[in-house]
Amino acid sequence: MLHISNLHVSVGGKPILKGIDLDVMPGEVHAIMGPNGSGKSTLAQVLAGRAGYEVTQGSVHYLDRDLFQLPPEQRARAGMFLAFQYPLEIPGVSNIQFLRTALNGVRRERGEPELDAIDFLEHVKGKLALLEMDDAFLYRSLNEGFSGGEKKRNEILQMAVLEPRLAILDETDSGLDIDALKVVARGVNALRSPDRAIVLVTHYQRLLDHIVPDRVHVLADGRIAMSGNRELALELEQRGYAWVDDVDESEEAKP
Amino acid sequence: MGNNDLQRRIDTPYRWGFVTDIEQETMPMGLDEEVIRRISARKDEPDFMLDWRLKAYRHWLTMKEPTWSSVHYPAIDYQAIRYFAAPKNAKRPKSLDEVDPELLATYDKLGIPLKEREALAGVAVDAVFDSVSVATTFKDKLMSMGVIFCPFSEAVQSYPDLVREYLGSVVPYTDNFFAALNAAVFSDGSFVYVPKGVRCPMELSTYFRINARDTGQFERTLIVADEGSYVSYLEGCTAPQRDENQLHAAVVELVALKDARIKYSTVQNWYPGDAEGRGGIYNFVTKRGECRGDNSHISWTQVETGSAITWKYPSCILRGDNSVGEFYSVALTNHHQQADTGTKMVHIGKNTRSTIVSKGISAGRGRNAYRGLVKMLKGAEGARNHSQCDSLLMSPDCAAHTFPYIEVKEPGATVEHEATTSRIGEDQLFYLRSRGLTEEDAVALIVNGFCKEVFKELPMEFAVEARKLLAVSLEGAVG
Repeated sequence: MLHISNLHVSVGGKPILKGIDLDVMPGEVHAIMGPNGSGKSTLAQVLAGRAGYEVTQGSVHYLDRDLFQLPPEQRARAGMFLAFQYPLEIPGVSNIQFLRTALNGVRRERGEPELDAIDFLEHVKGKLALLEMDDAFLYRSLNEGFSGGEKKRNEILQMAVLEPRLAILDETDSGLDIDALKVVARGVNALRSPDRAIVLVTHYQRLLDHIVPDRVHVLADGRIAMSGNRELALELEQRGYAWVDDVDESEEAKP
Repeated sequence: MGNNDLQRRIDTPYRWGFVTDIEQETMPMGLDEEVIRRISARKDEPDFMLDWRLKAYRHWLTMKEPTWSSVHYPAIDYQAIRYFAAPKNAKRPKSLDEVDPELLATYDKLGIPLKEREALAGVAVDAVFDSVSVATTFKDKLMSMGVIFCPFSEAVQSYPDLVREYLGSVVPYTDNFFAALNAAVFSDGSFVYVPKGVRCPMELSTYFRINARDTGQFERTLIVADEGSYVSYLEGCTAPQRDENQLHAAVVELVALKDARIKYSTVQNWYPGDAEGRGGIYNFVTKRGECRGDNSHISWTQVETGSAITWKYPSCILRGDNSVGEFYSVALTNHHQQADTGTKMVHIGKNTRSTIVSKGISAGRGRNAYRGLVKMLKGAEGARNHSQCDSLLMSPDCAAHTFPYIEVKEPGATVEHEATTSRIGEDQLFYLRSRGLTEEDAVALIVNGFCKEVFKELPMEFAVEARKLLAVSLEGAVG
């Protein structure tokens, strides 16, 4: 589904990603972990198509299409979704108006009929219940005046409504208390299915207690330093990211 | 999406820029007493009107064109303007069937099918073409309720007492340079009188169209809402695309008596000039309403997307106790457009209230200024004002300014002013695009959100038109 090959990315001339290789298959959940500055958010942003990132080498294919040929809206319409670490506020635009506009854009792309206001409300109500969100959320301006936790939850609501093929969650767990974390995890787990894939970008292991990944990758200095299964995350938590650097350096030191 | 994409600008063609080929009766260029006498004679006016015009003209000669606003334009040669132009068919049509088909076709093309609007009850239209009202729909039905809705020139003939009583009572000819000029030469406009206790059953609207070359448009609208009445009035305007600038200096007077309410909405879409700033209308307009009676209420809502230069300050004189004045405005400037617009709220009566919501959007090299005066006179006990002025910047070369003037002579009055300036952010656009919205849709969504508080004040049909107009005016404008 997602095939990343030798990806190099610079920001303002400074190399951030230095050769990422990653394959994500349908049905899989991957966790990308790493210390601050390791490049994990950059990876998420580049995949979604944010401006200001220069791809200097390598390629990314999504559903067999060259990802870098698609503008951000085409990626979204092709089923890619990025849950933002810092969701933006759009004053005066109601959540429900925005969600319906976005969903109908995706549905048009899929050749499905657009939903009218009544059908859309039906569609969204079930998702709200899943995330323990009040109906009132729908009528507030998009993220305006939302608390940090509400914004994150709203990202997951958008994801649930849009039903993407590939969801990338950029530090969705940061700033969430344990109850909110559980609710968010429930939303993500509900989306797991054999034809969807999820990439979790996170600093902490604790999210993975609630969303159990198939694969865990540890990013250090713009490369995937280690890959493994669930156990790797637990070991990381015990030993800290310094351990990765040590392992990484000792591996590099090998002849 | 790189910065280069963001910088690109598409010169959106002005969709209303065509010229109607119709036989015109015009007067020679220039202005003197003789021209004024001819205009008055042409309209068969009673003596009081001619006297008033001449007094206005003589006063105008003593005045200087104002220079205090932030707009810049080359000096206007007032002798190089024609002060009267009218479609040749001199007789006023009794019904739409008598109107020149070419004119009806023009309004169809503008999206104002007069016949259809007549058939679909709900909106009564007065269509003003150059200086003359060419058709007014629903007159008979309105008349059965005592509501007078007719061309100004007809009101002068049929209701001289009403005209005499109210004309110039809110905007006297001495008010300002452009108001004096208008009083001297105005040729037509709409007149509305809603009698005591009547709630006008439909929206009244006037569509102004400038067609003739080298011609100034000077129309005058007077709306009187008698005690306990209500009326909602809509105004729309367009002009052909021409390389030279054309002057539009209108006056609108509103009078709300005790317990009356007037809602006045404008979608102003005069030709704004091209992307390089050639041509476009100079829109120098005086609009003022007086809440003359207690508990009266006047609200102005305007969406300003057109004109090369906009200079207008729809205002409220809150004379009656407990009267309410409101001003909701969206002003958009793109390319080389300049707007200096805002309002004046003058609180005289006790417990008078006013609300000002101004949304300025600047794109391209547009310059947008909000200029507002809130005045609390001695005796306006318990008066309150709340002003909110927000600016949205869409390009690196545009500008937004806010000039609030506050004068408080009454210690028991409250004035609040809030202002914000924001730039449409690349981050916001990316966020929306990452959910599948195109860049254009994302811009439209952000701008509509920004203008929401104003749009919700517009009658439904007009709100849809306003949204479309903004989207068209902003195509490719993000930078």
